[in-house]
Amino acid sequence: MSVVLLVAVLAFAVIRPRGLPEAVAAVPAAAVVLATGAIPWSHAVAEVERLAPVVAFLAAVLVLARLCADEGLFEAAGSLMARLCSGSPKRLLGAVFGVAAAITAVLSLDATVVLLTPVVFATASRLGARPKPHVYACTHLANSASLLLPVSNLTNLLAFTAAGISFTAFAGLMALPWLAAVAVEYVVFRFFFASDLAAGADGPPMPVPDRKAPTFVLVVLGLTLVGFAVTSPLGIDPAWAAFGGALVLGVRALVRRTTTPTALVGATSVPFLVFVLALGIVVRAVVDNGLSSAVSHLIPTGGTLLALLGLAAVAAVLANLINNLPAVLVLLPLAASGGTGAVLAVLIGVNIGPNLTYVGSLATLLWRRILHQHDTTADLAEFTKLGLLTVPVSLVLSVLGLWAGLTVIGG
Amino acid sequence: MDVVVWVVEGTWRACVRAARTLTPPDANLVLLHVTASDVPGAAHGAFAGLLGRGHPEHDPGHQVEELAEAAAEHLLRVAAEELGRPATTVNRHGRPEGEVIAAVDGADLLVVARDGDRSRLGPKSLGPATRFVVDHAPCPVLLVWPEQAPDLTSIPPPPPHR
Repeated sequence: MSVVLLVAVLAFAVIRPRGLPEAVAAVPAAAVVLATGAIPWSHAVAEVERLAPVVAFLAAVLVLARLCADEGLFEAAGSLMARLCSGSPKRLLGAVFGVAAAITAVLSLDATVVLLTPVVFATASRLGARPKPHVYACTHLANSASLLLPVSNLTNLLAFTAAGISFTAFAGLMALPWLAAVAVEYVVFRFFFASDLAAGADGPPMPVPDRKAPTFVLVVLGLTLVGFAVTSPLGIDPAWAAFGGALVLGVRALVRRTTTPTALVGATSVPFLVFVLALGIVVRAVVDNGLSSAVSHLIPTGGTLLALLGLAAVAAVLANLINNLPAVLVLLPLAASGGTGAVLAVLIGVNIGPNLTYVGSLATLLWRRILHQHDTTADLAEFTKLGLLTVPVSLVLSVLGLWAGLTVIGG
Repeated sequence: MDVVVWVVEGTWRACVRAARTLTPPDANLVLLHVTASDVPGAAHGAFAGLLGRGHPEHDPGHQVEELAEAAAEHLLRVAAEELGRPATTVNRHGRPEGEVIAAVDGADLLVVARDGDRSRLGPKSLGPATRFVVDHAPCPVLLVWPEQAPDLTSIPPPPPHR
């Protein structure tokens, strides 16, 4: 029954009938698994206790990203990219890679997808460059550049909690995998979009707005990053650093009336946070009721390189079948016994894997195709070819990077 | 004589110049641009991949669609000024190669720019979309260099005989 409920919750989240929030299905489903005893109260409470701090951390990062956007950080990034590329689409791609990798790492993949992508399109078209390689780069890097920091992706926050390592240890171990994934993407993009990039940027005269970087915001972001690094050794949850950053920018924005309390509450996406909690309970019920024993023989064990590669592959496949959020919720309890290396290998799989399709998973793709949800669809064959060129190589090289990190730094 | 000029970012100027100088003064000129639907499609898709975020109004694909529309109008307006001759401007939406083929049905000439390897004369001269259009066009095609063509010495040596 739990499996049926999980499928229903995920289907609802993908289809979103009448635009209802995803939590509308997830909360009753969580209530049903609780009421029927599919999950004992103690497990549900433990799950909520585990997820609540993660979700609160995520809310702080989402607010931080929204406030940065309000202060013009993303337009400033657009101006910076335009200046750096001096009219060359190839250099623009390099600038987009740098900016998208940094924004994804610090402000999470949501910021890259929602806030940076339109800015990148606008920058490319103002220069008169073909926008496709640059927009595709944003969609790919939102996933593959989200490996670096615990805050880069919700999946990372979950794995970070499960691994029980410090913020800096996480970043240290994931630095090589992150660099490897971004480098593979860059090489493949240069080759795959060679003719679009060689076409030049013979732009019709269109003024490129010169937005100065908001210094205050950059300083606060820098201090927040320092906060992430120093809180862990002091035994303080790094989430407090994110709260601090959001608080400083939020109070300043409220005082200067550039935002409203309603907008700030909206930026935390409460229905999303509730959805994650409810999804966690439903997934826990599925894991408790046989999934863990069913899947456990598919999960490679041991800390060898081969085992790590196997874990990342299983995670990438599962992320593609369902979606990376439920995939990581299912796999983390199973991988946690394998130690830090196993948890981070799962993370590499669920973060890079979604690039195989342009909507992150085959389930989502199938539903969107069935429902014809958009009159404009990406070119499936082309996007999948791009995914096949980047994902397997990125997975292998990133896991190699992780393995090297584990060998040198230790798990 | 109906002439369609395919206006693409990066290489459009050469096509407009060729149309101005190489077609008869009484030719009916159409400046054609195709707004590719896969670019906003990729943005829609990336947002759909963020499971549970709700808020369809935050979908960056909508913003990209609007920006693409404005950019296409601007490009066609500038191209028409550059042409300096009476012309119709047409903006279509979809897969560029397919839309161009459909748009030149019944035309007498299509003007296209080379957009592959531009460092030399030789193979790989066309990007995938342009390749498709040249292969499938139901009318004569005028293929122009985006800039001054390199000289004959740029041709790579022939592959060794086996």
